[in-house]
Amino acid sequence: MSGPRIEPKLVESPEFRLAIITVLVFVLMAALSPERFLSPQNLTSMAFQFPEFAILALAVTITMMTGGIDLSVVGVANLSAVVAATILTAFAGAGVVGAAAVMWLGIAVVAAMGVGAVAGFLNGILVSRFGLPPILATLGSGLVFTGLAVAMTGGSAVMGFPAVVAVIGNATLFYVPVPLILFALLAFGLHVLLTRTGFGLRVTMYGANPLAALFAAIDVDRVLLKVYVIAGMFSSVAGLVIMSRANSAKADYGSSYLLLAVLIAVLGGVNPYGGYGRVVGVVLAVLSMQFLSSGLNMLQVSNFARELIWGGLLLLVMVINVTNWAGLRARRAPAKSG
Amino acid sequence: MGSPDTDALIEMRGITKRYAGVTALDEVDFVVAPGEAVCLAGENGSGKSTLIKVLSGVEQPTEGTIRIGGERMTGLTPRRAAAAGVLVIFQDFSLFPNLTVAENIAFVSELAEHRQFFNRRAARETARRVLERIGVDIPLDARVEHLPVAHKQLVAICRALACEARLIIMDEPTTALTEREVRRLLGIIRLLKDEGVAVVFVSHKLAEVLEVSEKVVVLRNGRKVAEGPAEDFDAASLTRHMTGRDVARASPGAFGGTAETLLKVEALNKPGSFSNVSFEMRRGEVLGITGLLGSGRTSLAKALFGLVAPDSGRITLDGQNVPLGDPVAAARARIGYVPEDRLTEGLFLTQSILRNVAVGRLDSHERRGFLDMKALIGEAGDWLTRLKVKTPSLSAPVTSLSGGNQQRVALARWLARAPKMLILNGPSVGVDVGSKAEIHDIIRDLGAQGLGVIVISDDLPELLATCHRILVMRGGEMVEEIEGGSITETELAHKMAS
Repeated sequence: MSGPRIEPKLVESPEFRLAIITVLVFVLMAALSPERFLSPQNLTSMAFQFPEFAILALAVTITMMTGGIDLSVVGVANLSAVVAATILTAFAGAGVVGAAAVMWLGIAVVAAMGVGAVAGFLNGILVSRFGLPPILATLGSGLVFTGLAVAMTGGSAVMGFPAVVAVIGNATLFYVPVPLILFALLAFGLHVLLTRTGFGLRVTMYGANPLAALFAAIDVDRVLLKVYVIAGMFSSVAGLVIMSRANSAKADYGSSYLLLAVLIAVLGGVNPYGGYGRVVGVVLAVLSMQFLSSGLNMLQVSNFARELIWGGLLLLVMVINVTNWAGLRARRAPAKSG
Repeated sequence: MGSPDTDALIEMRGITKRYAGVTALDEVDFVVAPGEAVCLAGENGSGKSTLIKVLSGVEQPTEGTIRIGGERMTGLTPRRAAAAGVLVIFQDFSLFPNLTVAENIAFVSELAEHRQFFNRRAARETARRVLERIGVDIPLDARVEHLPVAHKQLVAICRALACEARLIIMDEPTTALTEREVRRLLGIIRLLKDEGVAVVFVSHKLAEVLEVSEKVVVLRNGRKVAEGPAEDFDAASLTRHMTGRDVARASPGAFGGTAETLLKVEALNKPGSFSNVSFEMRRGEVLGITGLLGSGRTSLAKALFGLVAPDSGRITLDGQNVPLGDPVAAARARIGYVPEDRLTEGLFLTQSILRNVAVGRLDSHERRGFLDMKALIGEAGDWLTRLKVKTPSLSAPVTSLSGGNQQRVALARWLARAPKMLILNGPSVGVDVGSKAEIHDIIRDLGAQGLGVIVISDDLPELLATCHRILVMRGGEMVEEIEGGSITETELAHKMAS
C-alpha cells in the first residue's frame, strides 16, 4: 500500500506523456533545421513570443477545470489593453519619462486588471447566478468586450506610450525576458492555488461533479464567480504584454490566440468536462506548441495552414485523450479492487 | 438445439457478469415460459438489475447464453431485444412528459417500423386499440406529465404492448402505487397472461405480486438462491431467502431518553411537494420518515438541508434558526445530508477516496489561505479507518469501492464535520446484505452518541430495525406517527399505501 496521497502519481499521468512529446517535438525541429532552430536568436525570440498566449491558456485552464470555458479571454485582453493604452496616451503620452511615466504605467496596469476583474465578474454572474452554459455566455460577452474596445478606439490602434511601457513585453531581467517571468509567476501562482488551497480543491471537485458539490454544501456560485474573475485578471495581464510588445493596443489583436489557448489547455491534459488539470501539463503544452509553431515558421508554412493545423490538432488530442482514458480505466480497475 | 426448454420464451443459461473485479452475476439460469409471470426477487445489489440489463441487451454477459423464443442471441442490443419482444418498463417509465398519451404509446412502434413521418391518425388508432385491449380509459390527447403515477405506468405498459411485447419486465412496479392501484395493475397482468404475454416483476418487495405469479426466483449476492412455484413462498420466506437471515433485527423500541429537543420543524410548506409539515426530534433519537414514491419524503429531506426552498415555515436546530433554502448555511448549522443517489449526488466519482471525504473539511484545515494537507489527509484517513472502509489504497478513485464502502465514504465526509444532525436518504440503497446490517449498526451507534438521525427510506425492515419513531407521509402531508416496536412490517406497508 502506497502512503495516502491526494494527488495522482506523476509517472502515470498525462503530463508524463506530454513531457515526452515536448522533448520529441524539440528534437524533431532541431534535427530538421539545427542551425536556425537552435540559434540563440530563435530561442530568445521564442521566449518572448509565447508568454502572451500562454497566459491566456492559463485563464482558459482554470475555467475548464470547472467543466466550463472562457471564450472571452482575447476580448478581455484587448479591452484591458485599450483602456490601459487610452490612459497612457491621454494622460502621459510618448514624451513622458522618469517617475511620472512609471506612475502612469502603474495606474494603467491597475486599471487594466480592474477591467479584467469586472469582465470576469460579469462572466461569473452569467454562469453562476443565471446558469448560462459557459461556452455561450463567454462567446457573447467576448463579443461585447471586443465591441466596447472598438467603440472606444473607433477600430484603430491606440499608440504613443512612454518608453517605459516597453519593459513589460521587451525587457530582460538577468537575461530572462520579462514576459516569461510574468508567465512563470502566474503559472506557479495558479499551480499553488489549485493544489494547495481549499478554493483550488473546491474548483476540482466542482468540475468532477457539480451536483455532488452542491450536496456537499460547497458554495458553488462563489467558486464559479472567483474562477471567472481570476480568468479575467489573467487575460488582462496577457493584454498588457501584447500591448507592450506591439507598442500599441487594438480591439482585434491576437484573434488567433483563442483557439491556441483552448488547444494548449486541452493538449496540457485539462479535462474539458472538468475535474482534472495540472499547470505543469499546460506549461509543457505551451512549450511544445511554441516549438512546433517556430518550426512551421522556419519551414515557411503559411498562417492559414497553421490555423488548420491547430484546429486539427485540437480535435486529434481530444479524441486521443478520450480513447486513452477509457482504456486506462479498464486496464487499471481490476488491479485496484482485486 | 439440445436444450431442455425448447418451449421457453426466455432461456438464460450460466449467465455471469463481472465488472472490474466485482462479480455481479454468478452462473445464473433464468427461464420464462410464454404467458408466465415470474417474480425476480432480491435485495438492492443482489444482481437482479444486472440480470435484467443483460436480458434487455443493455449489458453484455461475461459468460453464458441467452435464447429468446428458442433463438440464440449473441451481441444483444436494446433494439434487438425489443424487436424480439422483450420490453422493460423502468421505475421512472421513461416516457416523454411533453408528449400526449397517444404519441407516447405509438412512438416506439412507429420507430420500429422505420416510418419517416409521424402519422397522427395512425398513432391515435394504435393507442386506442391497445388501451381497449387492457380495458383502460385514459384520454388520448392528455399530456403525460399531467397524469397521475398509476396512469403513467399504464401508458408505459401500453407502449410495450404496441411493440408486440412477448415479455414485459417491470422494475419495481408497485413502489409508487396505492393498494387500489396495485389491484387494478394485477387485473391487467392477468389479462395479459391470458393473451400469452409473459411478465417479470423485479422488486425487493414482492408480497403484493405473488398472487398473480407462477414462479419465484430469488437472487442474493449475484447467485440464484431459491427458485420454485409461487405457492411455496410467502412474505416471510421471501425475506429469508433475500437476506439470508431468519428474523429481521429487533426494533430499538420507543425513544426512552429525556434528552432535550434538537430539531424543531414548524409548518414547513412547499406547494406541490409537501404541506404543513411539523415535527420535533430529540438529541440521540433516530427518526424514520417514510411514504410511497412521490409522497414528498425526498423533497422534505432536501428542504431540511436547504436543497429545496420551502415557501414558508421554520426550522430550528438547538434553538437556533436555520435559514431556509441554503445548503451552505445548513451545513454551517451542523446538519449533514447523505443523498439517495450516491453516484450522481453523493460522490465525486473520478476523485480519490480521500478527497471525497476531505472535501467536507476544507474550511477547517486552511491556515492563512493554504491547506494543511497533512492534517486534512490524516483526518480523512482516520474516519475511513473508523468506518472500516476496505480498500487497498485510499488514493484510488472512489469508484473502485463496493456500494457499501462507497456509502461509508459518504458518511465519513459528514461525520468528520461533527454534525449535530444527520439526514440519511436511502442509507442502504445499492448496498449488499452484509454491509447493510453494518450500516444499520452505524446508524444505531450515531444515535447512541447523541446525534439526531433522520432516516428517509421505503425499506420497511430498515426503518423498523433502526428507528425509535416513524413518520408516515402521504400526498405531501404527515399522516401518521408510529412509536418504534409497536408495529409490524405489514401494518406499516398498509399505512403507507392506503
